[in-house]
Amino acid sequence: MAADVAPCNPLSRQRRTELNVVRFENVGLRYGLGPEILRDLNFQIPAHSFQFLTGPSGAGKTSLLRLLFLSLRPTRGLVTLFGNDVSQLGKDEIAQLRQRIGIVLQDFRLLDHMTTYENVALPFRVTGREESSYRREVIDLLKWVGLGERMDALPPVLSGGEKQRAAIARAVIARPHLLLADEPTGNVDPTLGRRLLRLFIELNKSGTAVIIATHDITLMDQYEARRLVLHQGRLHVYE
Amino acid sequence: MNRTDKERGVLMDLGHDRPQVPARARNLSPIVPRASIAGRALVAVVAMMTFLASITTGAVLLISASAAEWQSEVASEITIQVRAVAGRDIERDVVAVAEAMRTQPGIVEVRPFTKAESGKLLEPWLGAGLSLDDLPVPRVIIARLSPGTPLDLAELRRRVSAAAPSASVDDHRAWIERMRSMTGATVIAGLGILALVIITTIISVSFATRGAMAANRPIVEVLHFVGAGDRYIANHFLRHFLRLGLEGGVIGGGIAMLVFGFSESIASWFSGTPVGDQFAALLGTFSLRPQGYLALAVQTVLIAAITAWSSRRTLFATLDEID
Repeated sequence: MAADVAPCNPLSRQRRTELNVVRFENVGLRYGLGPEILRDLNFQIPAHSFQFLTGPSGAGKTSLLRLLFLSLRPTRGLVTLFGNDVSQLGKDEIAQLRQRIGIVLQDFRLLDHMTTYENVALPFRVTGREESSYRREVIDLLKWVGLGERMDALPPVLSGGEKQRAAIARAVIARPHLLLADEPTGNVDPTLGRRLLRLFIELNKSGTAVIIATHDITLMDQYEARRLVLHQGRLHVYE
Repeated sequence: MNRTDKERGVLMDLGHDRPQVPARARNLSPIVPRASIAGRALVAVVAMMTFLASITTGAVLLISASAAEWQSEVASEITIQVRAVAGRDIERDVVAVAEAMRTQPGIVEVRPFTKAESGKLLEPWLGAGLSLDDLPVPRVIIARLSPGTPLDLAELRRRVSAAAPSASVDDHRAWIERMRSMTGATVIAGLGILALVIITTIISVSFATRGAMAANRPIVEVLHFVGAGDRYIANHFLRHFLRLGLEGGVIGGGIAMLVFGFSESIASWFSGTPVGDQFAALLGTFSLRPQGYLALAVQTVLIAAITAWSSRRTLFATLDEID
């Protein structure tokens, strides 16, 4: 079920013309001289769409997310991101494209010397924005994900679930055009899992294309969305 | 690249959950924690290198200044030696030579040394209290040259030989050449030491930068994830290394300046001793001129800049590897 472009969605003209934020054509990936772990991937991620990426362990979900996040280059094929052929991009352009992508990784990747607030505000900080211009937004989001009382805590004293929520908040705070989440509800209870899914849905409604990599059938059953299933290195798309 | 403010709107409605208290300004933690960089060792290395570089530069400046002074003094004089030979009256020869020299263009002052003064020059070798009456002591005539007026040395030699065949003219060229080579060798040795110090500093800083980057690799990766460019990341590391370089430079350069500041006093403790007198004769008062201190200050800033530059170079190379 690909999401339609809502007529009232407040999107810029540029975004409206980007019908597909991601396009893969005959993409293959292998590590070193090993076997191809992703083969002949052909798919598009339309703008404002919502999809689950699923498949057995070791199927290559994380590798596919890394390809989408430009931290891996494909061994073959063409990857187009926001209309750009990624093989032609320089480092500065990649950094700029990453500012349009939010990512939640399984190991959270929070910075231990920064408070929860500072971790969540990091995407704003690296773009040079004044702290006063995003303070309210960050505090609101931290309240929403249940970390209102923990915003001054350092990650080492947070529980696994709290770290995960902080990582999600950091990924969505700048309202990216594309959100990639790797098992985002793996460490939280079902109630909070539903709340986080609602956050992703809200984000999607405001125009972000969302890809959630998960094993959690219950989570996928809560929201009718397109499913991308990886099996033996190949991708099957269920609209 | 993010959506404009107009497009943003409210991501989620908090309703009554919205905090009522205005958010306060926060003191943000540094992107790169200061404690994660092994700064103390690097400061010590840079301080020692700056100290060595400053001492070398100061010594080269002292020797160059003394040598230049010597050269200008020696080059502004010529010496005529009149030897005693059988059958000639040396006193008459000295007067004749002095007269011949006074008429030579380019010479402003002629001073013949008396027999007693000539004997005094031999005292360091022959000792005091010796009667020189029976010794054929040569006589010395010093002529001061007019600065800017070329002296026709061949013509002078011809006139002096005509006045006294036993007289010889010494324009100190050999001394000046020796002095020039000594100064040149000292400057080259100084530059060599400076080059070694700078290379060692660059290598030390590169290792320290690599170590800091390795220790902070998770931070660099996260910064890449949130869209920070290499320049942004490098600048945050660079601030640390520039500060460390300046700290080390100021400590090393400051101590070297103190050493030169007190060197005059230290030299005065040794005055009167043979070693002290020899050094005083060679290097003067040991005092560095204001331009010398300025050179040391510039050198300190230069070493801090080299620290920052080599750190920046290593940072970008390491960022390429991490990405």
